[in-house]
Parts: sequence; structure tokens; C-alpha cells
Amino acid sequence: MSGLLEVQGIDARYGNFQALFDVSLSVDAGETVAIIGANGAGKSTLLGAIAGDVAVSAGTIRFDGADLAGVPSHQRVGRGIALVPEGRRLFPSLTVEENLLVGAFRRRPGPWTRERVYQLFPHLVPLASRAAATLSGGEQQAVAIGRALMANPRLALLDEVSLGLAPLVIRQLYGALPEIRAAGTSVLLVEQDIGQALRVADRVSCLLEGRVSLAGAPKGLDREQITAAYFGPHGLEGAEAVG
Amino acid sequence: MTRSRWRIQRASADSAVGVGGWLVALLVLLTLPKWGTSSQMRTVVEVLSLLALAQMWNLLAGFAGMISIGQQAFIGIGAYSLLVLADDRGLDPFLAVPFAGLVAAAISVPLALVAFRLRGGYFAIGTWVLAEVVFLLVLNNEALGGGDGRTIRSLNTYDRFTREDYIFYLAMVAGLGAVALVVLVLRSRLGLALRAMRDDEAGARGAGVDVYRARLAVWVLAGGWTGLTGAIVYLNRLRVQPEAAFSVQWTAFMIFIVVIGGVGSTAGPIIGTLVFWVLRDQLADQGVWYLIVLGAVAMVMALVAPNGIDGLLQRIRPWSFFPVRRRLREIRLGAPPAPATGEVGS
Amino acid sequence: MDWVNAVVQGVLLGGVYALFATGLSLSFGVMRLVNLAHGQLALVAAFATVSLTQATGWNPLVALVVVVPAMAALGYLLQRGIFNPTLKADPLTSILVTFGLAVVIENVLLERYSADSQGLYAGSIETASIRLTDQLAIGWFRLIGLLTAVAVLGGLSLFLTRTRLGRALRAVSDDWRTAGLMGIDTRRVNGIAMAIALATVAVAGVFLGIQTTFDPSEGNVLLLSAFEAVIIGGLGSVWGTLAGGIVLGVAQTVGAQIEPGWSLLFGHLVFLAVLVARPTGLFPKAVAA
Repeated sequence: MSGLLEVQGIDARYGNFQALFDVSLSVDAGETVAIIGANGAGKSTLLGAIAGDVAVSAGTIRFDGADLAGVPSHQRVGRGIALVPEGRRLFPSLTVEENLLVGAFRRRPGPWTRERVYQLFPHLVPLASRAAATLSGGEQQAVAIGRALMANPRLALLDEVSLGLAPLVIRQLYGALPEIRAAGTSVLLVEQDIGQALRVADRVSCLLEGRVSLAGAPKGLDREQITAAYFGPHGLEGAEAVG
Repeated sequence: MTRSRWRIQRASADSAVGVGGWLVALLVLLTLPKWGTSSQMRTVVEVLSLLALAQMWNLLAGFAGMISIGQQAFIGIGAYSLLVLADDRGLDPFLAVPFAGLVAAAISVPLALVAFRLRGGYFAIGTWVLAEVVFLLVLNNEALGGGDGRTIRSLNTYDRFTREDYIFYLAMVAGLGAVALVVLVLRSRLGLALRAMRDDEAGARGAGVDVYRARLAVWVLAGGWTGLTGAIVYLNRLRVQPEAAFSVQWTAFMIFIVVIGGVGSTAGPIIGTLVFWVLRDQLADQGVWYLIVLGAVAMVMALVAPNGIDGLLQRIRPWSFFPVRRRLREIRLGAPPAPATGEVGS
Repeated sequence: MDWVNAVVQGVLLGGVYALFATGLSLSFGVMRLVNLAHGQLALVAAFATVSLTQATGWNPLVALVVVVPAMAALGYLLQRGIFNPTLKADPLTSILVTFGLAVVIENVLLERYSADSQGLYAGSIETASIRLTDQLAIGWFRLIGLLTAVAVLGGLSLFLTRTRLGRALRAVSDDWRTAGLMGIDTRRVNGIAMAIALATVAVAGVFLGIQTTFDPSEGNVLLLSAFEAVIIGGLGSVWGTLAGGIVLGVAQTVGAQIEPGWSLLFGHLVFLAVLVARPTGLFPKAVAA
């Protein structure tokens, strides 16, 4: 029970709509864990709950042994959780450099500095004084990851990093993952591309309509199991009907 | 297998009580000129006027989402239109009242062209600026009396009792009419459009609601009726001065009444007007303190009980004294109606 | 020459208007809060300075040293105590609360200081002037007012672009939820924004109090002027607000030149013209959030 992150039986809702039902998950120090699932399965909600953006109506989230209940999102950054939000959500009127600096607003001691982020993503160097809103999707995603790293998190939450990006760009971004791991940051990522998730993760959890439908190490799971967990019992007919 | 039809039911047990109570109040008011003193009648005229103003502000802000701090423009426009139509143009002053309302409604249109470029808090201040512009134009106009204002003289042809009676009846039309107007709007398709816009503007647009026209319709209606009421107020007071007629304090009163009574509810302004009147009466000798108390109460209500007194009462027992809800009822042919399946809005 | 003089006076006046406007612009930019009590709060600073100078005999400019931090502290407390809770609710709530506050402040001032006009006296500097040409003279004090406004705005601009806290304010104004996720405590940042807003409004209030007389009922006019300067200049840009203040000041002085009672009216009309022709203002923030 000495995992870095322990999520136990959480529920989360938006108004009257319940998005998560009794979800449990853990991330050990040094691990990379992937959450997969179809659109609307609750993956972003789960990351939001861990980051403190979404309220939890039942269950507990423990980070480094401490319960996160009642801890607002800005304090969770100080404890070592940093989020790369879905859709990047850079600060549009700030430059690339300023976005990175804001990421360091509540930095913890650690290896990540602006120099190191620029080493990780060298193509950002000439863009340093450009307003973030003028960047391409891939460039923005790199800045968003860098921004989260600037806080020197122990756990980085990456939400749909590949969304809307070309395969080459995705490969470039995921290429940075090994160095992030080497620097000692654990990663919990949400990914719609199952293949990509299975390639990078130590363990995988699948969400279906707000519930965990499958969890385990990628080598222990076969294609059929994953498909069934991803689409659900009615899913395959639905997938055929749509596809 | 029974077939069923669906119909929309607007009335309810509550609304039957409401309409009943309404008729009683109507009867009391109708007979007041027979047994009330002059001073009582003047007071009731002011109360009914405030009720009308509050209902219109509530329609704008509570139902159409337009928070205006410039409604005083229409009060002044109504008062001065009355002055011009009755004293200068020779129209009978009582007849001039509805025309003053029409003038206010007409002027509200160009004002909307400017004001509608703004939203939210900036719309609020923008309407205030527009009111100031109208005020300054009137202030600088010698024909209208400039800074000193003018006195309405055309009422002198009537004896005191006729004057008081007619002003009283006009005030009844203004006040009760305002309530009736709000109820009618809410029951109409415009009301449905407003509610859709309040919930989700983009969605309403997608469903075919012409948001701009709906807002404009409410704006013109509120402006016109506020002008009508302004004309009546100054018919009652006789002396028309720009600083008083265009004072932002009018809107302050409207806002406080609606906030205390309950924004976005049909009964709210009625409750609010009564509470306001009691407060004003009690604190009348305290000078500015009644405004301080009013302001503080409004602040606290806005923070703590955003739905006003009406909202608090609703939490104890949901009620609707006006037939403005829409409930979907299933009618099984050949059987008594099933209980209501769902309710929309209140 | 009269016209040139009017324009020059308008520019000088515009500096003070820009200072008034800055606080409103800051609170709207960072918190989406339209503070209807803004004008009244400027009067609080002016009246507080009256009391302070009467009690101590200090020059009002010296009194600024006490009044500005006091107003900043008031701003922080108001924001955290009263305004922050209104931000989560619908926009009507913050309008109602700030409007209620404006009414309360105006009447408290009336109660304490009566409706009489007051003034602040800064000594001989008020009447000293620089003679530029035969027909044109600039009041020393008004020039100082403009220069102070430029200095304050310059300082604010540097603060926003070069400091960690300033960046945080800009981040919150772009996207407060994401700012929270980056470790920024938005409640504190909002408090700081309002503290800065009231500090600038205190300077503006005292300068205005020295230049003209004032009474408790003037708060509304100040609010409207500040609002107009913000819209004319464009939201989100510190220097835009200076431009807006100057345009408004010139409009008013030129209007007074045409006809003595028309200064406010002219200002309003120019504002309406900008609103209709160029609603985003003359120098809006380059990148919309």
C-alpha cells in the first residue's frame, strides 16, 4: 500500500450526471500507467478528480499517503501533481516562455528547468517569445507538457496528448516520455489510441461508462479482452453498426 | 390498450388560489376612492407605480437576462412626454399618459441599437450612460424647463377629486397591468423563448429562437410601460425636474425591490414592493439611513438568498400563484387524467 | 488658440481618467467583475484624505503614503470577503452586490460628511503654471497628474509583464481554472488585483480632489467616466486605457469649449460613437482570451 497515488472507489458527478462509479486505480513511483476508453467514458473526469478540478462525491484519493479530500487544485501542485489538460489550455495571451514560467509558479525542487524543457523540445526554442495562441497544435502540446514539468511534479497527468495531432507529431511527443521517466516523474496518461497506450505503459486501466472494466499489465492482456472492455457487451454490435 | 393525448396544463390548485386572491385585491382597490383619504390614495399610487416599475425590471433582468441600470431614462421620457403632450400640445392629460408610454417605447428602439452591443455588467453601465445622455439633453433644453423643470398645469381644469380618482385608476392599470403583462408574456411563445435563452442561449438559437428580437421585444415593452408609469408618477407629483425624473435612484428602488422579493419570479416584485414600502415607512425619519439599510439588505440577499423572499418561501413549500407553469399531462381517453409527469419552469 | 488649450487641458485630464479606469479594467480583466462601487471607492479615498489632512495638517500628497496602502488593504479584504463569493454565481449577483455597496458607501459618506462640497489643498503647487506661449499655460499640478498617471501605469505594465505575480494575474485573466491547476491560488490573486485597483483609484481620487471639489454624489459620474475610458481604450491593455482616458478627457474639454454645459454630454457621445463604430475599442488586447 505504498503506491504514490491511490484512488479508491471514487464517484464523480457533473450536476445530475454521474461520470464515475466506484473507480479505483493506483500508480507506483516510477511507473507509467495508461487509462484507455471510448469518448465519454470518464477518463478526463478521472484525471480532473486527481488534479482537484472535479469534485469527488465518494471514495478517497491518496497521494504519497495523504488524503487529498478538501485540498484545492492549486495546493495539489505544491504536493507534486501536475496536469497537462485536455486540449492543452495554454494561456493564449502569454508567450511560450511565460507559459512555462507560470508552470513554475509553485515549483518544487527538482531537475526540470526552462533549459531542460528546451532540451527536451528543441523546436520550442525559436518560439519562446511567440504568443501561445499562435502556435500549432503540436507545438502547443509540447509547451503544455513543458509547463507541467516546470513544477517538478512527482506525478504528471497527461490528458489526451495525441488529440487532433498528426502521427509524426504524436511520435515526437511520446518520444519525450522516456526522458521524463528517467528524471524520476511518474506518469498517468489518458489515451484514446489503444496501441500507443499499450506501447508506453507499464500498466493499463480501461474505463467504460464511468467504471473500470479492465486493469493489468499490457503483456497479460489480449486483443479480445481489451476490445470487450473498451466497447462493452453491447459495444461490438454498436461498433459494427457505426463502422 | 388505452390511447393517450398530451396537453399542456398551465393552471394548478395554487394558481386558482392566486387568481382568486387577485380578484379580491382588485375589488378592494377599485373601491378605495370611495373610502380612502387623499393621502392614502397618493400613497397607493406610489406603491402601484413602484410595483409596475419593479415588474418591468424583473421582466428585463430576471426573465430576459438584461440587467439595466438605465430604466430611469424611460421614467423621465414618460414624464416629459406627458408634459409636452398635455401642456404644450393640448392633449387631455389623462389621455396623454398612454401616448407618453408609446413615446418611451419608440425611443427605446434607438437606445437598444447602442445598448445591445454590450453584455452583462458592461450592458448595465452602458444603459446608465444612455440614461445620462437623455438626462443631459433634457437638462440643456430650455423649452423643457432646463434645470429648474416645469410644473404640469393642464390638470387644473379638473377638480381635485376627479383628478385623484383618475390618477388612481391609471395607477391601478399601470401596477396591476404590469403584473398581468408579465404573466401574459410568460405564457406566450415569447416567454418560452426567454426561458430557453435563460437556460442555454446557444441551444435556443439552434432551436430557432431569434434571440435578438426576443430581447428587443422585452426591452421595448419594459421601456414603454416604464414610461407610462413615469407619466403617472409625475401626474401625481405635478412638478417635473430632470434631476429627479432621471435619477438613478429610481432604478435603485427597482433593483432593491426585485432582489428582496425574488428575481425571476412573478410574485417576487409584489412581495418586494410591500417589504420596501414598510421599510421606507419605518425608516422615513432616519434620513439616509433607510438607503443604507436598503443597500445592505440587498447585498446580503444577493449573496445569501439570491432568489429573494419568494425563493425562501418556495423552499418551504413550492407554490405558484400565477398560471405560468407548463405541466405535461397525459390524458387517457376514456379514463381520468393521470397525475402530472413533469413540470417545466416556475 | 482656445481650442489648442482645450485639447491640452483634455490630455492632462485624461491622465487622471486613465488612473480611474485602470482599476475597473483590472478587476474586469482578471475577475470578470464589473465593480459598480468603483466611483464611490475613489470618493472614500478622497474623503479619507480630507479627514487625515484635517487631523494631521499634512499635505494631501504626503497623505497618499498612508491612504494608498490603506485602500489597497481595503481592496484585498473586500475582494476576499464580499466579491469573491459572487464570482461563482451568475453575473447578476456581482452587479447587485457592487451596486448595493455603491449605494451604501454613498449614503455613509453623506451621513458622515454631509452633502457639502469638499476640497483638498496641496498648497501653491495647485496654482503654479508653466507658460508655454502667450496664450497657452499648463498648470504644474495637472502636468504632475498626467506624469504620475503615466508612471503608475508604466509600473503596472512592468509588474504585469516582468514579475511572477504579474504573470499569475495575466494567467488568471486568461483562464482561471487552468491557472488554478498550475498552482495559482485564484482567491489570493483576485484579492491582489482588487488591492491594486483600489490603490490606483486612491491616487486618482486624491489628485482629482486637489484639482476640483467633490461631494458624495459624484461617485456615479466617476464610475461612468472610468467605464467610458476603458471601453474607448479597449479592454485588456494598460496603454489602451491611457489612450481611452485621454480621448475622453479631450472630448469633455472640447465639449465645454463648444458650450459650457456640454462637457459630460460630449464625453458620452464620443463614447457612444466608439461603441457603435468600433466596439472593441481603439487598442484592444492583441490576442483575445
